[in-house]
Amino acid sequence: MVQRFKLFLPLAIFAIVAGLFYVMMNRIDEGEYNPQTLPSALINKPFPSFAMPQLEQLDKTVIQADLLGEISIVNVWATWCPSCHVEHSYLNYLASERNVVIYGVNYKDESDAAQKWLQEKGNPYRLNIFDKDGKLGLDLGVTGAPETYMLDHRGFVRLRYQGPLNEAVWQEKFQPLIEQLQQEQQAFLQSAVNWPQAGVQG
Amino acid sequence: MKVISRLAGLLLLCTVLPLNAVVETYEFTDETNRERYHQFVDELRCPKCQNQNLAGSDSPIAQDLRRELHRLLEDGRSDREVVDYMVQRYGDFILYRPRFNAETAVLWFAPGVFLLTGAVTIILIFRRQKNKQVVAVDDSPLNEEEQKRLQELLAKDDVNA
Repeated sequence: MVQRFKLFLPLAIFAIVAGLFYVMMNRIDEGEYNPQTLPSALINKPFPSFAMPQLEQLDKTVIQADLLGEISIVNVWATWCPSCHVEHSYLNYLASERNVVIYGVNYKDESDAAQKWLQEKGNPYRLNIFDKDGKLGLDLGVTGAPETYMLDHRGFVRLRYQGPLNEAVWQEKFQPLIEQLQQEQQAFLQSAVNWPQAGVQG
Repeated sequence: MKVISRLAGLLLLCTVLPLNAVVETYEFTDETNRERYHQFVDELRCPKCQNQNLAGSDSPIAQDLRRELHRLLEDGRSDREVVDYMVQRYGDFILYRPRFNAETAVLWFAPGVFLLTGAVTIILIFRRQKNKQVVAVDDSPLNEEEQKRLQELLAKDDVNA
């Protein structure tokens, strides 16, 4: 009897493996899982320090401190990137209708083409870092454009999203995090206000 | 003659010419750095293309990483520092030879565990077969009683036929 069952062992293993593949393929189809998506090494670490020209005004230098103090997103884009064309109108919408603070990293691009792009398509960015050689991109662990990072009020990276933003992605990944980050910011401001009192009591 | 040339043509189609995607060449101050560079581009993984190493990828990010790698090596950084630099930015993913820690322990131990399981299985199977053979092969001559029984059986068979 046991011998009989042993004959079916390979079939059972095959069925299990096939089932596993089927589940994973389904998850990829439904966008739940993307093998291309990498965990960012920067999560819960401060945005890397840098000093780079500003795209809008190339003789001006932007540094890390310029991005700090507010909950914001940092969007890596380039004129050579097809998905960035698709994404741009949504960024415009986020900036104008939802008052999201967006910083841009113009990644491995030509400044002329990039400036023209912003004039023609509108500029949702508070400022753009002109990262011609991809140095900042490297420090961020960028694998390609577009990519979007979310920073909390301390300037720590809290989320990295690879691929173009749209409403579905925003509602699923960014909106819940924004709410959480706003609470953290509130708690921080509250503790800063209470701090002298706490000091006296303690 | 025609057949031979055709066969040769077919054979030529089957060969794969080694394609090297790396286009840029770097100058190194010494031979050790050149060797280290080649070792690293072999063992570091391209973050964009996932199943290629830095040497085999022509994606912009792989180019950047090769440039950075060259700079780090010429700066006199140690292997450890180079690996830390890469992992800080791209995580353990970038290493084709992963460092040993709690997350990568499975990767390191799995082959050993599989090998051991296989070896144990094979040993068990062989042992069992050996035992079976001991039972099956008994070629001592028949004793008197057995001879008698054999004759009886044969006689019975004859009657039936």
